[in-house]
Amino acid sequence: MVSLNFYLSLSAMLFTIGVVGVLTRRNAIIVFMSIELMLNSVNLTLVAFSSFLGDATGQMLVFFVITIAAAEAAIGLAIIIALFRNKQTVNIDEINLLKW
Amino acid sequence: MYNLIGLVVLLPLIGAAVNGLVGWRIKNEKVIGIVGSATVGFSFVLSVLIFIEMLGRDVLNRAEVIDYFRWIGAGGLETSFAYQVDQLSILMTLVVTGVGFLIHVYSIGYMHGDPGFWRYFSYLNLFIFAMLNLVLADNFLLLFLGWEGVGLCSYLLIGFWYEKKFTGDAAKKAFVVNRIGDFGFLIGLFLIFVTFGTLKFEPLFLQASVMSVGEPVLFWITLMLFIGAVGKSAQIPLFVWLPDAMAGPTPVSALIHAATMVTAGVYMVARSATLYALAPLTLEIVAVIGLLTAVLAATIALTQNDIKKVLAYSTVSQLGYMFLALGVGAFWVGIFHVYTHAFFKALLFLGSGAVIHAMHHEQDIQKMGGLRKYMPKTYITFLIGAIAISGIPPLAGFFSKDEILAYVWHDGSVLLWVFAAITAGLTAFYMFRLVTLTFWGDPRFKEHGEHAKHPHEAPATMTVPLIILAVLSIIGGWVGIPKALGGGLAIKQFLAPVFERADRIMALPEHGVHAVDYVLILLSVAIAAAGIYVARLWYLKKPEIPGGLAKKYSGVYKVLSNKYYVDELYDAAIVNPTVKGSRKLLWRGIDVGIIDGIVNGLAKLVEIVSKYGRLVQVGVVQGYAVAFVFGIVFIIFWLLFR
Repeated sequence: MVSLNFYLSLSAMLFTIGVVGVLTRRNAIIVFMSIELMLNSVNLTLVAFSSFLGDATGQMLVFFVITIAAAEAAIGLAIIIALFRNKQTVNIDEINLLKW
Repeated sequence: MYNLIGLVVLLPLIGAAVNGLVGWRIKNEKVIGIVGSATVGFSFVLSVLIFIEMLGRDVLNRAEVIDYFRWIGAGGLETSFAYQVDQLSILMTLVVTGVGFLIHVYSIGYMHGDPGFWRYFSYLNLFIFAMLNLVLADNFLLLFLGWEGVGLCSYLLIGFWYEKKFTGDAAKKAFVVNRIGDFGFLIGLFLIFVTFGTLKFEPLFLQASVMSVGEPVLFWITLMLFIGAVGKSAQIPLFVWLPDAMAGPTPVSALIHAATMVTAGVYMVARSATLYALAPLTLEIVAVIGLLTAVLAATIALTQNDIKKVLAYSTVSQLGYMFLALGVGAFWVGIFHVYTHAFFKALLFLGSGAVIHAMHHEQDIQKMGGLRKYMPKTYITFLIGAIAISGIPPLAGFFSKDEILAYVWHDGSVLLWVFAAITAGLTAFYMFRLVTLTFWGDPRFKEHGEHAKHPHEAPATMTVPLIILAVLSIIGGWVGIPKALGGGLAIKQFLAPVFERADRIMALPEHGVHAVDYVLILLSVAIAAAGIYVARLWYLKKPEIPGGLAKKYSGVYKVLSNKYYVDELYDAAIVNPTVKGSRKLLWRGIDVGIIDGIVNGLAKLVEIVSKYGRLVQVGVVQGYAVAFVFGIVFIIFWLLFR
């Protein structure tokens, strides 16, 4: 039996990798993938707690998150494609029009 | 029949609504004129019927309150649209609708061809409606509705020819000056409500009648109400609007001066007679203000050359006379003079309107003269009006004026009587100066004629009302023939129940017939006759005398012909400081400086904050993400370790 702590530690690591990815990478697609990673790390936590506490609510929540994430992925990718068509780049350092 | 009193009030409103809403589509002047006149005419017929029924009733049963519907109910205030039909209000209703009807008919001829014909009749009907509300109201609030209504209508009608600037100015002046009076009137109403808890006449006067004479609160109430009357009835110091009100069409002047508006103040004081009787100090003020106004206006009228201005100051003077009567406690005499004055003053104004009409809007009497030959009907009727106002028996003005003088004499103040008698003489003088310069002598309009003038008699719609009013000016006073002349003072007996409480409080001695009464009558007739004689002598036979006097006493003449510089004084003391103060302090200082300053300052503040605050927005997405992360980390730590 793998203890709960392992799941949580894995989840925390995945989340941290996601955060670092978002903060450091310049490619918009990578940043986007990092965000998905963070989402899924949280899903993992939910499922782990749900399993260990014997409460189905967590799993139910995960279904919602996955549904939303699917929609969000579609929108996010659409935005990135639109960006690329306009600016011929997905480097977020170069996409800084919205400022003072 | 009493129930129909609502219809009496409603009919002019219907006329106003019809002409006001669809009048501009009706191109036919006859239809508009008939709608306007007939509604008032029917009101008059109805009020005559009610009057006849009243005469048939027992004296104790004559007054009745007709309650139509609850108007305002809030807290302790309960006000109904209720009309009080009694001797006083029915008399006023008869005068308002009767004289008003004649003025309407006259207007059909006078306003012929005016593009605003329908508007004019709509306003005129509304005026009658407001005035009827004023005189028939059974409580002060409904009276106030009418009070403000006549103020509004006078504004609309004085400024009727609004394309000329001076008419607009005159209308504004009338309205503003009236507002000053209304302010006092409102304070009076508040005081009444606080003191008595009701604004209904009957319970109010009943409560008041048990209070002691000279109670301070009654003094303040009556004084404040009187300030309202001063504004509405053009007394010192608020009479300045009335002469300027001549800017309106002449029949409007007749309506304002004779049937409606200015008599409202006298009526209101007479209606509140019980309160005034309990405040002897206010009554003295009323008498003094009335007399001062009478003398002042009569002296101004001596030197005016505008036919309407003379009549305007004459009205101010006659109103002063009415207040003098009220001031000595002779309430019924005040109303009696309102009633007779309505006939001859309407007659004089309508006559002057016919003259102005004939002279193609020339109003300067120096450029008239000899009109007797050209317009005989107008001349005869105008002459009757002039004799009536001068107080020559047996015309209407004599009886009311004589009654006022008699009461002033019996009041014990010889000084008041002397001034009142002098005013009577002055009245006769300036009226016959007017008649002489306008109708007698040789025509002077030819030498002044820019274009040749051919005066012509007015059409029948104008002369018939003149003739009717002339007849009324002759016989109207016969309801008040004094006992000394073998009369029964019918109008006094008729009005007595209304003033019963006031009379009981005043306890004026019922003076019988003394030798002194005959002396007084003879004196007042002699003074009037002397005034007429002097006017005729000076202006017809020896025109060099008044000119010489004007030169000899040029200082006095200048003061009089400039109306004592009252307008200039008010301009300097009140109008200009107000305008300047508004411009410098209120506009430039408070409005631009403080109010605009606060609004603009707030905008400036936001601008400055955002100027530096926006620098945070650098446009680097990951910079924002770092801020999020640190923010979340901080919140987690705060939640865990606080």
